[in-house]
Amino acid sequence: MKLAIASGKGGTGKSMVAANLAFTLAWTGQVTLVDCDVEEPNLHLFFTTQASTREITLPVPVIDETACQHCGKCGEFCQYGALTVLPNRILFFSELCHSCGGCTLVCPNDAIHEEPKRIGTLSVSNPQPGLKLISGTLDTGSPHAVPVIREAKKQATHDPCVIFDTAPGTSCPIVEALDGCDACIVVTESTPFGLHDLQLAVDVTARLGIPAGVVINRSDGKDEETLRFCTDHDLDIMMTIPFSREIAAIQNRGELLCRVQPEWQKDFCSLFFKCRALAGVER
Amino acid sequence: MIKLAVISGKGGTGKTMTTAALARLLKGTLVLADCDVDAANLELVIRPTLIRTEPFMGMKTAVIDPALCSRCEECREHCRFDAIECLADTCRVNPLRCEGCAVCVHVCPVAITIQPRQTGEINYSVTSRGHLVHARLVPGAGNSGLLVHAVKKTAMDQDPDCDLFLIDGPPGTGCPLISTISGTDIVLIVTEPSISGLHDLKRVVAVCRQFRPRILVAINRFDLELSLSEKIQCWCNEEKIPVIGKIPFDPAVIESVRRGIAVTDSGPGPAAQAIQTLAAKLEQELSDLGNRR
Repeated sequence: MKLAIASGKGGTGKSMVAANLAFTLAWTGQVTLVDCDVEEPNLHLFFTTQASTREITLPVPVIDETACQHCGKCGEFCQYGALTVLPNRILFFSELCHSCGGCTLVCPNDAIHEEPKRIGTLSVSNPQPGLKLISGTLDTGSPHAVPVIREAKKQATHDPCVIFDTAPGTSCPIVEALDGCDACIVVTESTPFGLHDLQLAVDVTARLGIPAGVVINRSDGKDEETLRFCTDHDLDIMMTIPFSREIAAIQNRGELLCRVQPEWQKDFCSLFFKCRALAGVER
Repeated sequence: MIKLAVISGKGGTGKTMTTAALARLLKGTLVLADCDVDAANLELVIRPTLIRTEPFMGMKTAVIDPALCSRCEECREHCRFDAIECLADTCRVNPLRCEGCAVCVHVCPVAITIQPRQTGEINYSVTSRGHLVHARLVPGAGNSGLLVHAVKKTAMDQDPDCDLFLIDGPPGTGCPLISTISGTDIVLIVTEPSISGLHDLKRVVAVCRQFRPRILVAINRFDLELSLSEKIQCWCNEEKIPVIGKIPFDPAVIESVRRGIAVTDSGPGPAAQAIQTLAAKLEQELSDLGNRR
């Protein structure tokens, strides 16, 4: 099963749910946890261990100034304004480049080839038996989150049970992370912010045709609005985690709730079974 | 006009709650922008009156005419975004994956065109503290960085002579965040005392330093883990980043959000008082910056 954890609103507890779910499942089988929040990846903070790391690159154009006739075709073609052709040289703005390869195709003088440019890193580790952690990390200052997410997901292609922790929001990084998943847990909190963004996140899962269920985190018991929304939209509330200073402190220190308070493991097991039912898959 | 963005790195640390309170407390004329276009929430606690809405056209999207497609699959082979799917009778573009690069149009000018597509809307509102420009990205759409840019530009055009341009920013360090902080004078990073908060703070500071705003930090819910608040304070001292506010955990914050008001308008609780102190320090920063100009 490929399971995504999303939220719309940031800081609702996606990583907390993802980490505890993976920690619990790893006792009984093989699970792969993929950190797709590449702008601010945090899962490695809960599973500190030696990781093997490699660079992620994107191909970007390099212009051979001796062959270039400064005809301007590449600059005209580039939809992102990454190439500006001056009478005697070309300016290339790599942060605007989407690596589509169009400039190399349109150049009539064969003056453009591509070379890899680093945009982030991919780390793989085995923090406990049965658990593989894959973390994509976008280099600070790079805007190219999506290709880093794509590489991180690719690393888990053949793994049977994968949990993807996504970035907050509803835009391209979330779509990339959710693509191909069998089910999605949307983590929310019982505030107007939480509810507003839950609606947006559910909208995205619906557009992608991915079945979704809800986890309410840091509940202070005033969940009526969220409950009403879930009932109206036929969304199962699969788990409710109460607010407590103790749970907050465990999480804030980088510890795992299920390790410190093992009685939570059965709740996360049951969450997983509900996800499996939601996805309609065996494992 | 001084441009101030409230950002966080990690999501859910209290950006919007802080921005709403600062909008009420900071003196002078204001223009507000909500640049968290994926999940814009400022309107929920600032009660704007919507004046008008305009469509936002993002990057263009390729469209294949099935009548003219010979199913040669050359478009699919050249697409680097896996946005083209070829079925038995035709090829089609997945608009969620298409980045509008037009490479497919280049290889097949007969059957493929590139067309504008609405990826969001920009809203103009007024509030008791001035104009607010906010946006709504079509869920699942790309180009949020472009939409952020459009929101900022539109907001500044509303009142170019105002004293302060106050931005509620997005989480993260990627495209929308970079678009938000570019051109700002000050960023206020709202963090929380968790290892994730500190880790994400370090990353977002690294991004900010590639631009040139003055960087300030506030620690929200600082009393939930005092040892980590201390660690954040030490790191900021080493980096010479002023920590201008420490806001305690206070249930009045959630209550005020539920009532749709700024926490500083809900009575003199501990969080409200801490934010007033924060606003006073920020006022000093703004006046220092104004004097240097």
